Amino acid sequence: MQQTPCTIVKKERLIPGQTSKLVISCPHIAKKAQPGNFVILRVSAQGERIPLTIADADPEAGTITMVYLVMGKSTAHLETLEEGDALHDLCGPLGQATHIEQVGTVICVGGGTGIAAMHHIAKGHQRAGNHTVAIIGARSKNLLLFEHELKSFCDEVLIATDDGSYGHKGFVTQVLEERLKTDKTVKEVVAIGPVPMMEAVSKTTKPFGVKTTVSLNSIMVDGIGMCGACRVSVGGQVKFACVDGPEFDGHQVDFGELRQRLAAFKPQEALSFEAFKERHGK
Amino acid sequence: MASSESSPKKGKSPTPRVPMPTQEPLARIKNFAEVALGYAEDQALIEASRCIQCKKPLCVQGCPVEVPIRDFIAHLQKNDVQKAYEVIKSTNSLPAVCGRVCPQETQCEGNCILGKKGEPVAIGRLERYVADTYMALSACDQITGKPECPLINEDLKVACIGSGPSSLTAAGYLAARGIKVTVFEALHEVGGVLIYGIPEFRLPKGIVAAEVAALKEQQVDLLPNWVGGKTFTIKELFDEGYKAVFIGVGAGLPKFLGIPGENLIGVFSANEYLTRANLGRAYDFPHWDTPTFPGRRVAVLGGGNVAMDAARTALRLGAEEVRIVYRRTQGEMPARHEELEHAVEEGVILEILSAPVEFKGDSQGRLTSMVIQKMELGEPDASGRRSPVPIEGAFQELACDMAVIAVGAGPNPILLDSTPELKRTRRGYIDANQDTGETSMPMVFAGGDIVTGAATVISAMGAGRRAAKEIARRLLGEDAA
Repeated sequence: MQQTPCTIVKKERLIPGQTSKLVISCPHIAKKAQPGNFVILRVSAQGERIPLTIADADPEAGTITMVYLVMGKSTAHLETLEEGDALHDLCGPLGQATHIEQVGTVICVGGGTGIAAMHHIAKGHQRAGNHTVAIIGARSKNLLLFEHELKSFCDEVLIATDDGSYGHKGFVTQVLEERLKTDKTVKEVVAIGPVPMMEAVSKTTKPFGVKTTVSLNSIMVDGIGMCGACRVSVGGQVKFACVDGPEFDGHQVDFGELRQRLAAFKPQEALSFEAFKERHGK
Repeated sequence: MASSESSPKKGKSPTPRVPMPTQEPLARIKNFAEVALGYAEDQALIEASRCIQCKKPLCVQGCPVEVPIRDFIAHLQKNDVQKAYEVIKSTNSLPAVCGRVCPQETQCEGNCILGKKGEPVAIGRLERYVADTYMALSACDQITGKPECPLINEDLKVACIGSGPSSLTAAGYLAARGIKVTVFEALHEVGGVLIYGIPEFRLPKGIVAAEVAALKEQQVDLLPNWVGGKTFTIKELFDEGYKAVFIGVGAGLPKFLGIPGENLIGVFSANEYLTRANLGRAYDFPHWDTPTFPGRRVAVLGGGNVAMDAARTALRLGAEEVRIVYRRTQGEMPARHEELEHAVEEGVILEILSAPVEFKGDSQGRLTSMVIQKMELGEPDASGRRSPVPIEGAFQELACDMAVIAVGAGPNPILLDSTPELKRTRRGYIDANQDTGETSMPMVFAGGDIVTGAATVISAMGAGRRAAKEIARRLLGEDAA
């Protein structure tokens, strides 16, 4: 066991300036990464610890894949790294792996960069022998991620765009609801994406009584259960997303509290991003 | 008891101990620099001369790592700081740390014979003086007396999981005996609670870094970002050829109070608050990226060292009013006397006989106030302290925009969940032999907070040392330990 730098072997600008995919060489993490796990990384010595879900792992090649949305200082800084650059720190895999068993039909719903994280879980369900249906959505066709990757192994890939430029015009929840009305074999729904989307999916599945799993992106500091920053209320109980999750029963999560807690550092995040943009002349 | 010759002479009034120079309270609450400045040479020599060199030094009995205190002070009395350092380092891997954060008043100094009539020798301050003066020298030199580090036996590998005081002590002990040690740390910086928990103004990070650098000179491998139980398991360590494993992962699962409003924005665990400030250097935001919450009126719940650290950190981050809310009285607070004293000097308000019952917030979910129940002291409980009893109907509302919960920690589940064969105590900590650190798994040892629950740096170091002795004995034979 030794320390080797975790280096970016491939970078793909999925949506230029907004969303990128990194394939990172780090054999000791790749060997262990299961669907549902995340890592904590830092871009520089002064950087904050950023949690990112593992979108894919290749233990043979010794790589993991991550997709991120540039939304603040740290992700903007990450976006400046190129192939061959090393991350300052990479720690993981963290969190509980997704509970996967053969149950029948499983629908995996993804929105935005959450589609990438959902991809790893969908793969797990497919491998476990489930009839795996992916429902993915974006504002318009050119913002849709991972369609090709999901089509390479999912039994079905259903698409929704807000502007109707591709697939169903509207939200993923409408596609999901239609499917649940007609398909009684659906045993589980997994949703990963923005909080409003996961909340809407949970509301949609509730009347059908279908088990619904969401992956929560709460604010984390250490990611190893030490600080409690990521606490969420699930079924009236306080849980730590980093060690008890990040996946929870969507019907039990207090999404209102989660939304509020995610906004806790808004002013500081804006300040940090402004200072970064000034330094980088943007 | 010490013989009569070693007692202070009757009729002679005891010399007072040399006070520790400190930054002035009004200046220091505006910076994160160390509060206690350390003795200068003349001050150290005067203080050392107070030691009467007891034949049977009681101070050593009060030290969990058995520093030969009388002997190091004897060298210091002759101004031989290097010899003094060698003596300390022979049993203590982290003297610069211990000289700063040990609760000396209940350990070495608490046993000092001079304390019976006057003030005990300032052993902690002398230890710090010696360590700071000589730390720059090669650690290998100091420990072995040889010009080079001992030849490390690459086949005898030992893993230490965690990099806090217990693990670093175990690592130092084993390396000095020629055993190859790897220290695995989950966070990105080595030092455990010494880095994320104890603030710069009490224990500068440079001091921890210097002690860690000394371990590197002893060819100890340090692997940050490796999470025991996630990146690797204990079984995998043995598969990789490690001959023994020491677990020193600390407690590190924050306790909350279980009262309404605890998830409001502005309510932190002390772990989060201190980790943001110390590990993430949030006091230097936005130069460093980790932000913290700028509390104006801050309530810290708890009465231990962690509570003091959080309260004093909040002052330095610009809070206008900081209260320590504690359900007993000042006399029962478990914090070190010096820390409590420093906190009060700096303007921290003690809100004693008060127990929090509810946090209240605004429509955005931000903390605005907290309700406390006033208490009085009743009969002594199992700990011997008088237990707090609620005064019926006596509630009070304190305005606050930040609250830090510093009421202790439980066992962190990550490593334990991945190692179900490790026997645990009723409270969920690792069940380990007190003298040897031995656990229910063969060649797996444990010590520090993950065995005892939250305690002190020095008691964790004592446990690390006892376990390392046992590991060395098993791997090298009786003579080695």
